[in-house]
Amino acid sequence: MKIILFIIQKEFKQIFRDKSMLRLLFILPILQLLILSNAATFDVKNIRVTIVDYSNSSSSRTLIEKINANAYFTDAVFVSTTQAGIERLNSGKTDVVIEIPIPFEKQLQNETTTQIQVLINAIDGATAGVQNVYLSQIVQQFNQHILLENKHIVNNQIMPNRIETIPSFWYNSTLNYKTFMVPGILVLLITMLTLFLSSMNIVREKELGTLEQINVTPIKKYQFIIGKLFPFWVIGLVILTIGLLISKIVFNVPMLGNIVLVYFFTSIYLLLILGFGLFLSNHTETQQQAMFIAWFFIVIFILMSGLFTPIESMPKWAQNVTLFNPIRYFVEFIRMVLLKGAGLQEVLPNLGIITLFAIVVNGLAVWSYKKTN
Amino acid sequence: MSISVQNISKSYKNIPALQNITLEVNEGELFGLIGPDGAGKTTLFRLLTTLLLPNEGSATVANYDILKQVKEIRNAVGYMPGKFSLYQDLTISENLAFFATIFGTTIEENYDLIEDIYVQIEPFKNRKAGALSGGMKQKLALCCALIHKPKVLFLDEPTTGVDPVSRKEFWEMLKRLKQKGITILVSTPYMDEATLCDRIALIQEGKILKIDTPQGIVDAYQKTIYEVASNQMHLLIEDLKHFPSYYSVFAFGEFVHYIDLNNFFDSETLRNYLKAKGHQSIILQKTTPTIEDIFMDL
Repeated sequence: MKIILFIIQKEFKQIFRDKSMLRLLFILPILQLLILSNAATFDVKNIRVTIVDYSNSSSSRTLIEKINANAYFTDAVFVSTTQAGIERLNSGKTDVVIEIPIPFEKQLQNETTTQIQVLINAIDGATAGVQNVYLSQIVQQFNQHILLENKHIVNNQIMPNRIETIPSFWYNSTLNYKTFMVPGILVLLITMLTLFLSSMNIVREKELGTLEQINVTPIKKYQFIIGKLFPFWVIGLVILTIGLLISKIVFNVPMLGNIVLVYFFTSIYLLLILGFGLFLSNHTETQQQAMFIAWFFIVIFILMSGLFTPIESMPKWAQNVTLFNPIRYFVEFIRMVLLKGAGLQEVLPNLGIITLFAIVVNGLAVWSYKKTN
Repeated sequence: MSISVQNISKSYKNIPALQNITLEVNEGELFGLIGPDGAGKTTLFRLLTTLLLPNEGSATVANYDILKQVKEIRNAVGYMPGKFSLYQDLTISENLAFFATIFGTTIEENYDLIEDIYVQIEPFKNRKAGALSGGMKQKLALCCALIHKPKVLFLDEPTTGVDPVSRKEFWEMLKRLKQKGITILVSTPYMDEATLCDRIALIQEGKILKIDTPQGIVDAYQKTIYEVASNQMHLLIEDLKHFPSYYSVFAFGEFVHYIDLNNFFDSETLRNYLKAKGHQSIILQKTTPTIEDIFMDL
C-alpha cells in the first residue's frame, strides 16, 4: 500500500511538473466544451430562398410574406424566370427555389387544390429534409388561413373540419439542442483525455527506458498499474466536475437526476477506459504508436456513439457494432440521468454492461502486461 | 559462487544473440565482460536480471535460479542499464527516494553504501535528473542501483559516453564497492578498462572466447607484437600486408601493430623491406601485448 501511494505521489509530481501537459489537461477540455457545444448544432438556420412569382397576386404575396416572416429563412430574393432560379441554385447562391405558377390565386379560389414547385439543394440530405419540413409547415399554415377565410365568405360560419396536432416535446421542451449535446460532448472529452493519457503513460516509461529499471525491482504488477492509473482516474473525475459546472452555469443544462449516480457511473466507466489505455500501452513501443491507435478507436467510438447521428438510423450491422462502444452507453446514460431524471433502476442495463466491459478489458490488460519477455 | 551461467543460449527470432555461454563469477569479484557492440553483452545482462528468458540453459544469481526465483533475484541485484533510465523530470533526491521506496527501504538505512558517491552529487540534489551531465547521471544511476544494498551489481556499459576523468572516478568507485563485498559484473567496449577488472571474459558474436585474469590473458599470449611507425603511415599498413610472412596488422594509437607468422623472425628483414618500399625514419620495436591486441587476434 505504501508503495502504491508513493507511485501515485510520483505520478502527480510528474504531471504537475509538466506545465504544458497541465494546460492541456484542464484548459483544453473547457475550451472544447464551450466551442463544440455552440458549434455542433443541428438547427438549420439562415436558409436562403429564391422566389419565382409568376402569379404575382395577393395570395402569392401572402405566402411570400409568411416565408419572409419565418425566422429560419433569410429575406427572399426574387427572380423572374425559373431558369434564373435554377442558376442561382447551381451556383450555390441559394438553398431553396420556390416557383409560384400563374393560376395560383385563381385555382385557390375556384378549385380545391393548387400546386407550387419547390427545389431544394439536397447535397446534405438531412439539412434538405429539415428545410422541406419548415416549408411544408408554412404552406400548411397558409392553407389553413385560406380555408378559414374562404369558409367565412362562402358560408358565413366557421367550420373547422380538420384535426390539428399540437406537439408537446418532453424532457427538452424548448427543443434546445445544447441541452442535448453538452452532456454528450462532455462524455467525449472525458473519454478522449483519459484514454490518450493512460495509453501514452506507460509506453512513455517504455520509451524512456525507465520501465526497464522498474522491471528489475521487486515491485508487483498490480502495485505499478494501480499507481500509474489512479492519477488519471482522479483527473477524469475532476474533468467531469468542471464539465458539469460549465454545463450548469454556461449552458443551463437541466440536471434532474441524481448527481451521485453520475459520479458512480463515471468512476466505473473510467476504469474501463484506463484499462483500455493500458492494453494499448502494452502492445505498442512508442508514444506515437499509442497515440495513433488511440485516435483510431476514438474516432470510431465518437462517430458510432449516437451523439451526432442516431443509432436507430444506422444499418443493422453498424448498430451491432455500437453494442461494443462504451461511449454509446455513457452518452445514453448521462442524457437519461440529466435530462430525464432517470434513477438507478432505469440505467441498470448501462451500468451492468460498462461494469462487465471494465472487468474484461482490465483482465486482458493486466494479463498482457508482462515484466519479462 | 555469486553468478553461475550454464550453457545459456538466447536468440531473437532465429538470430542467435548468445550461444552456449558458460561462466562463473566468484563472490566479491569485479568481473568484466569485454566485447564490441552487438556481442551480446546486454542480452546476457537482461537474462541475468530476469528481464529476458533464455531459450536454453540455466543460471543462478546470488544462488537464486533466474527462472524460478525471479522475485528473490530482483531483491538481491542492482541493475544499471546502458541507457540512462531514471526519471528525467524528477530531481536527484526524488529519484533516489523513489527507488528506495519501491525496494521497501529508505535512503538513511543504506546511506553508508552510497555515501562517497552521493556526496559528489548532493550539491545538485534538487536539480532534475534530465539536467545533469553525463558523469553525474551515471553517479545517480549507480546510487539508485545500490540503494537496496544488492549482493550483485550489474553495470551495462556504465562508462560509455562519459569523459575520461569521470570514467577513472567511476572505476575507483567500483573498487571501493568491491571492498564492501558486492559482486560486480560490468561490461565495457573499452579494452583499457579490462585491466581494472579481477577477471574478464572476452565475448564476440554471442560466444565467449576467453575467460581469465587480464594478466593471465596477456601472459598466455604467445605471439610477438611489433610496433611500427614511419614517415608514411597511410601506406605503412598496405605495405606491411604485402610482407611475405605477414600475420596481422592494425592501427594502434600512433603506431601500427604488426604480428609475424614466424615467432622468431628477424626484424631487420622487415626494416629492409620497408626501406625498399620507400619508407623513412622507421621505428620498429617489440612491445608488450595488451588486451586489445589479443582481442584483435581472436
